[in-house]
Amino acid sequence: MEKFTKLTGVAAPLDMINIDTDMIIPKQFLKTIKREGLGKHLFHDARFNEDGSENEDFVLNKPAYRGAEIIVAGDNFGCGSSREHAPWALKDFGIKCVISTSFADIFYNNSFKNGMLLIKVSKEDLEKLMDDAERGANATLTVDLENQVIEGPDGGTLHFDIDPFRKYCLLNGLDDIGLTEQKADKIGEFEQKREAAQPWIPGAAKAV
Amino acid sequence: MAQPKTLFEKIWDGHLVEVQEDGTCLIYIDRHLIHEVTTPQAFEGLRMAGRKVHRPDLTLGVADHNVPTTDRSHGIDDPESRLQVETLSKNCDDFGVPLFDMNDLRQGIVHVIGPEQGFTLPGTTIVCGDSHTATHGAFGSLAFGIGTSEVEHVLATQTLLQSPLKNMRITVEGDLPFGCTGKDLVLAIIGQIGTAGGTGHVIEYAGKAIRDLTMEGRMTVSNMTIEGGARAGLIAPDETTFEYLKGRPMSPKGANWEAAVAYWKTLPSDEGATYQKEVTMDAAHIEPQVTWGTSPEDVVPISAVVPSPEDFDNPDKQEAVKASLAYMGLTSGTPMEEVKIDYMFVGSCTNGRIEDIRAVAEVARGRKVADHVTALVVPGSGLVKEQAEEEGLDKILLEAGFEWREPGCSMCLGMNEDKVPSGMRCASTSNRNFKGRQGAGSRTHLVSPAMAAAAAVTGHLADVRKI
Repeated sequence: MEKFTKLTGVAAPLDMINIDTDMIIPKQFLKTIKREGLGKHLFHDARFNEDGSENEDFVLNKPAYRGAEIIVAGDNFGCGSSREHAPWALKDFGIKCVISTSFADIFYNNSFKNGMLLIKVSKEDLEKLMDDAERGANATLTVDLENQVIEGPDGGTLHFDIDPFRKYCLLNGLDDIGLTEQKADKIGEFEQKREAAQPWIPGAAKAV
Repeated sequence: MAQPKTLFEKIWDGHLVEVQEDGTCLIYIDRHLIHEVTTPQAFEGLRMAGRKVHRPDLTLGVADHNVPTTDRSHGIDDPESRLQVETLSKNCDDFGVPLFDMNDLRQGIVHVIGPEQGFTLPGTTIVCGDSHTATHGAFGSLAFGIGTSEVEHVLATQTLLQSPLKNMRITVEGDLPFGCTGKDLVLAIIGQIGTAGGTGHVIEYAGKAIRDLTMEGRMTVSNMTIEGGARAGLIAPDETTFEYLKGRPMSPKGANWEAAVAYWKTLPSDEGATYQKEVTMDAAHIEPQVTWGTSPEDVVPISAVVPSPEDFDNPDKQEAVKASLAYMGLTSGTPMEEVKIDYMFVGSCTNGRIEDIRAVAEVARGRKVADHVTALVVPGSGLVKEQAEEEGLDKILLEAGFEWREPGCSMCLGMNEDKVPSGMRCASTSNRNFKGRQGAGSRTHLVSPAMAAAAAVTGHLADVRKI
């Protein structure tokens, strides 16, 4: 996994609540068996008109935001499906960080597994960051994960909280399957104990 | 005496392999359901790293999202759908994972077949790369949706890294009135708590109205937990649960059955256990529900009118309501019962079980689908279809002008060819009314199966109590 340490990039404002996974990537684009290539369909219904041309009013189509790497969004971002296609599409487009007051749980987990940083901030901080993000060509934020600080275009900073294990994995680009495999003995012991106590657990799917 | 525990705490504590210093938990997974949409990249990851599936005997595969609901004898027309379904078959074959393929009688929606086979059991942890995994919580199992990276983690290690979840209880006392079902109950709950009301929590449903539900009704309630923002729903196992599971192909047998039931009886929350959040409701006040907007929290009783933005205090929500009404083509103040529909869909992991099909047939008997309405009934599994046909329900439906299809996810999300065309309006028993969910530009009204049938035969959203 790619490391996430410090990012300076354009922040695009998406001032809406409940941006769901079907808005992030509509389901007609989920029939892929690859992780890559979904960025071109990101926010499809908002980004493109019915004839396939770009909707000029959509923020990511505006010249200042075409290369955005950060999204600042309203409450409950990523609600809906568990499909990891939503973070894959964001990542493939070039988004590395999303800032909101809250995220849907599954989407939040999925994003970190793909090396993206999701930051939860207070309502007041979000308003301030939304203002920053609305400055077009000057809408640049610096996100410093090590120090847990976001720096705005005018030099103002704000602190954010993050779970230490997620931070550790992102900073070091760690694949957590590898980490868990180091605990194979512990998992084996657990399985033995559990299956002795509840012998109806193993083998179920093989009963077909 | 030991500290009183909730149902959730009992299951969680029983599955802890390790707690890391920062509190992140490694939990063991007893049951892993896989389908074609969210697994290809996970198997690709296993191959690239030279890993195996650690416990194929705890993993069960089925193709559901992409499969056609019409004649399957010639395979799948759409090349991308076909590739996903074929990739699942190849992956299951290569890694030794049991699979119900498209032509297996037991094939169906992943959350219908798990319980139907007895793969879903009380006290277990169940995951699947699908947010409606919450369904299985109806059995008192801790079941939640995961992303593809987590699917890969479970395939490789049979464990999952999770931060501890908070515990919320929703108690619904009283009796559900005539014409109301589990669907109306859960829509009313989401209307009250909102789509982020349960974020970070596991919701335990309790109270007489929940206990009185059949397993099908409980599954409908638990299924939509994710629409209230919580990853998992839980309902304490009881005689209704045991009765449902007894004799299922993968349920425990003989002495194991007795031992399992004895263990399951220890699972309900202890007296005095505490919850971080509590909500109580009275079932007697619930009416048949219908959504008007593009979020499941946008719900009103069928006797109400389309709301206006001014009915809401939050300015963000007012904006969202304006956008929803424009998308839905609705005018504030219009009685919900006057809203004309073009399509009706009965099915999905929310309402695609035998009891749901029976409810539709009861309304359909001796009536006709309105001329301008296309009405699809899609059973949740091959076994649901078979049972419905044994009961003659298919004949009643076909006679009344409903289409009777092969099992799958179908028009709930329109990944196969079953879509609601742009600008058309559908009364649907599915779980999400998001913009474009049932097809680009489609307009969805979430309802119970009986309410969907009432809408199909009258041609507009209708109060099933009057039929």
